[in-house]
Amino acid sequence: MRDYIIRRLLLVIPIMLGVSFLTFSIFRVIPGDPCVLEQGFGATPETVKACRDAHGLNDPWYEQYTRWVWDISQPVLTDSLFGIDVGPKIIPSPKFDLGTTLTEADIEVSTELSRKLPVTVELMIMTMFLSLLLGVPPGVLSAIRPGTPLDWLARFSSVLWLSIPSFYLGILVITFGASWFNWTPPQFGTGYVSILDDPWTNLQEFFFPSLVLALGIAAVIMRLTRSSMLEVMRNDYIRTAWSKGLKERTVVWRHAVKNALIPVVTLIGLQLGGLLGGSVIIESLFNLNGVGKYTLESIIRRDYITVQSLVLIFAAVYVVTNLVVDIAYAWLDPRIHYG
Amino acid sequence: MAQEVAVLAQLEQEERKPRVGPLRRILRLSRQHPLGVMGVFFVGILVIAGVFAELLAPFDPLAPDRVTVEVGTLTSSIDKKSEDLDITDFSALQNDVLEIENEKMTVIFAEVPQGGITTVGVQRGSHGTEVAPHDAGQTIRITKINELADPSWKHPFGTDRLGRDVLSRTIFGARISLLIGFVAITIGVTIGTFFGVVSGYFGGIVDTLIQRIVDMLLAFPAVVLLLAIVAVIGDEDSSVREFLADNTPIPQGSFLGVPVFLDIFVVALGIGVAVSVGTARIVRGAVLSLKENVYIEAARAMGASDMRIMWKHIFPNVAALVVILASVFLPIAILAEAAISFLGVGVPDPTPSWGADLTGPNRERALDGYWWPVFFPGLALSLIVLGFNMLGDAFRDISDPRLRGGMGSGPGPGGGRGGH
Repeated sequence: MRDYIIRRLLLVIPIMLGVSFLTFSIFRVIPGDPCVLEQGFGATPETVKACRDAHGLNDPWYEQYTRWVWDISQPVLTDSLFGIDVGPKIIPSPKFDLGTTLTEADIEVSTELSRKLPVTVELMIMTMFLSLLLGVPPGVLSAIRPGTPLDWLARFSSVLWLSIPSFYLGILVITFGASWFNWTPPQFGTGYVSILDDPWTNLQEFFFPSLVLALGIAAVIMRLTRSSMLEVMRNDYIRTAWSKGLKERTVVWRHAVKNALIPVVTLIGLQLGGLLGGSVIIESLFNLNGVGKYTLESIIRRDYITVQSLVLIFAAVYVVTNLVVDIAYAWLDPRIHYG
Repeated sequence: MAQEVAVLAQLEQEERKPRVGPLRRILRLSRQHPLGVMGVFFVGILVIAGVFAELLAPFDPLAPDRVTVEVGTLTSSIDKKSEDLDITDFSALQNDVLEIENEKMTVIFAEVPQGGITTVGVQRGSHGTEVAPHDAGQTIRITKINELADPSWKHPFGTDRLGRDVLSRTIFGARISLLIGFVAITIGVTIGTFFGVVSGYFGGIVDTLIQRIVDMLLAFPAVVLLLAIVAVIGDEDSSVREFLADNTPIPQGSFLGVPVFLDIFVVALGIGVAVSVGTARIVRGAVLSLKENVYIEAARAMGASDMRIMWKHIFPNVAALVVILASVFLPIAILAEAAISFLGVGVPDPTPSWGADLTGPNRERALDGYWWPVFFPGLALSLIVLGFNMLGDAFRDISDPRLRGGMGSGPGPGGGRGGH
């Protein structure tokens, strides 16, 4: 088990290097000069050259690439551990210098990111929570009562949720919320409000975007829960539990569900990648100033210094989550052995 | 010999179950899978809409609809030379064309109404031509763009901000969506199968290389990958686009009733590349177990080349899997097109695309209560994806041997052509 974890951890390094190189090259190939786009009609060859020089865009590509990777991964000593100040600079950490954006103000990408990350993280957490809530119980219920109207309803709603695009559902919420209930999500007026400052407003801001994102994932979770429950309920140990005279509630929730949820754990890890992508759309639609919206804006601006770092972070989150899921899988299911 | 075996198998099958005609069999299947029937229904409607768009759409999806409305009456009579009209209940803009008894005049200026009467300066005909005098009390009509009209009998889905009929746009949107979906899937599944078969068959360094690239591409969030690919090849000065325009028969102009076909094709190509990543991974997995079969070894022992083994022995056996993959990816590709068009980098504006119609000015106007230009294209998009998903579910239920007694026919593994 320990060897397995170490091997998986070491494998993260080449994958991340590959992803960083791929990101770097994809965004260099996109036509359009970010400096020209940034300066608009006021661009002259001199100002464009100055802008490109300032951001090192005229250097050979391998220098740009190594500088980017080195600035992020260079080991330094910092004075904070997970954001908590510990006083002296003794904590070893990568430098995480993501460069500066190609806008006029030359804002540090890390500064911008630290403002936008809480929004996306909250969206992700709420979405995951809602999708588990909407996915697991109906999945279990439909599996223990197969063929009933309840089962039929659960299966129909899962295929329905899977099919309605999140952005369409989001538009419907915004449009009909405004015209029928005279309600618009508060972020259109006030901007992001932290959950610590005003939990009620914050909940109003995040509930619908999360719900809209969650439905699609809940549908997938529901289907998998259902099929895996059906499989588990056929096992001998469940028959034993029944024949012991246990109550249905005990058999289902204490014996079957525990095992049926193991594949669901993997699924959640895989869904996270799609969820990050979905945040690009939903954050733009619901005017949430998170990392997703930032990514889209940067792609449109051709600000590849920003985009490459953002995509790298997305990919890192995906790779690390799947690593955690694989390890959790091995821990949850002792039958699985890794050499 | 082979023929005899086939005949025997057929006889055995006929003995086992009573003969039923194809119609009866379809009826029986449809009773067991009501959702599948609904799927066929939704997909059928929208496919017909897409294929016969020209015949079904009541209006041109690109041209604004114009209506003639009464805007007021003339308060005093005018003679041949009059340049100013006093009109009741009138609101006009400069350059509007107004009409009195079939005489058309262009509005030069319109003054603020005083006491319910507006003064409008007009240009009547070109210089030196005779024009008709008009009596007081005559009706004035104006022809204007029928923008944001409510759903009515004439426009069942209403009109959008540019006066275009939403029903016609939704019908033509089906064509664009299905076209992009099918082209993307064809490209994606072809590329993906090629790399999957090569990677699984050769193994070793080739396999490692291809699979590590697939790993990396899978680590990208799909939407971001798609945005990046479409941005790379779809941009106006992209070299891929230039190459396609110069070296392929893909028409740059209008084709199949689709304006700017090249733009559509480039979007489909981008989605296809993204689809090929997943396909390559899954096909490779299937090939890994397939190539351990004895008949592959036999073919190799008989001196068949790698190319021949891959084409004649491996490919026919993954073909069924590839078809299923295509059916799974088709609704995803349609959604992907809508998503990137929604984000403003997909199908360019005047083209009727469901995704593009959900965004931009349409969405802003929706907040003011004009919901129909976004509601109906989105509904059609949801229905077609729903239809394909229901159809796919039913198809999987039917073909899953664990749930049913096996369908007998169908290109399953082992059903490939012998070829020797």
